[in-house]
Amino acid sequence: MVSPPVALHIPDGFLSGGVAAAGAVLAVAAVAYGLRVADRDLDEARVPLLGVLAAFVFAAQMLNFPVAGGTSGHFLGATLAAVLLGPWIACVVMAVVIAVQALAFADGGVSALGANVVNMGVLGALCAGFAIQAGLRVLPQTRAAFLGLVAVVSWLAVMVGAAATSVELAASGTVPLGTALPAMLGVHALIGIGEAVITAVAVGAVLTARPDLIAVGRFEAPGYATGAPQAGVAS
Amino acid sequence: MSRLSIRLFTVLALALAVGLATAVSPYASSAPDGLERVADDKAFLDKGKLHPVQEDAPIPGYAFPGVQNPRVATGLAGFVGSLGVFAIGCGLTFVIRRRRGSPGATATA
Repeated sequence: MVSPPVALHIPDGFLSGGVAAAGAVLAVAAVAYGLRVADRDLDEARVPLLGVLAAFVFAAQMLNFPVAGGTSGHFLGATLAAVLLGPWIACVVMAVVIAVQALAFADGGVSALGANVVNMGVLGALCAGFAIQAGLRVLPQTRAAFLGLVAVVSWLAVMVGAAATSVELAASGTVPLGTALPAMLGVHALIGIGEAVITAVAVGAVLTARPDLIAVGRFEAPGYATGAPQAGVAS
Repeated sequence: MSRLSIRLFTVLALALAVGLATAVSPYASSAPDGLERVADDKAFLDKGKLHPVQEDAPIPGYAFPGVQNPRVATGLAGFVGSLGVFAIGCGLTFVIRRRRGSPGATATA
């Protein structure tokens, strides 16, 4: 039987009004700031990237892959978006995708939209963006080290989202934290491996085709991509 | 090393995204996903419900309405959805750039 891919997203009814509202406030703030950053920073080369990344994240989120025990998982994409657009613009991309999923495809709640944007977008993008920047300062500036870092960080981003979801479910009185957290982290430790592989492969492909499109770490590590010196002029 | 032009890069990446959403998504795993599995195991899955707004969702559950074959329905939903979010992303970028005035005003090369 072919049933359509279903929600890795929180549907309405799982979260209390207060938790959903808090998620909405955080999501709106992050997206508003992301739009400001885009207004300021989105350079010529990256202009088509916002739409392309939204399309790729949407597509990849439909591709549920089996993990252990009759469970599936899908790519989230926040780390990929953060690597290519920087963490703040990545929040905008993720919000576009998750809002369309909720409103056009009835996937993920409408009241829970903000929480979903926070869990799958904002937290992942910000953690990933800043963790990669920090990691690049201590790691050797090689392609392998960069892709390894991207893989580890994208796994972590999934775990952070899963942990946040557990906390929100617990705060809503839906399920105790001691029950939700180990279960969510256990499943998402496996899903995160898929995330890590897909993100590393995609970033590797971009690194080969257009290394200048890598946004995160651009200024910290000029030339790590190909060995070619990169301008890296931060204004 | 020769780089792909940004136009070619965009076309290839978009083609990959739309292709995956259209041709591969019908064969994706339909097993319950991470959160759904946990919700089922911990007995809160039935708390989930649709928002009234979602009763009118144009393509509910990634099944294109009026299409009998479920694989085709999912593929069509993926095709429309991936192009739709691409259009929204480009529209947002267009608005941002127009607000900013002259294109290409940033200093970074």
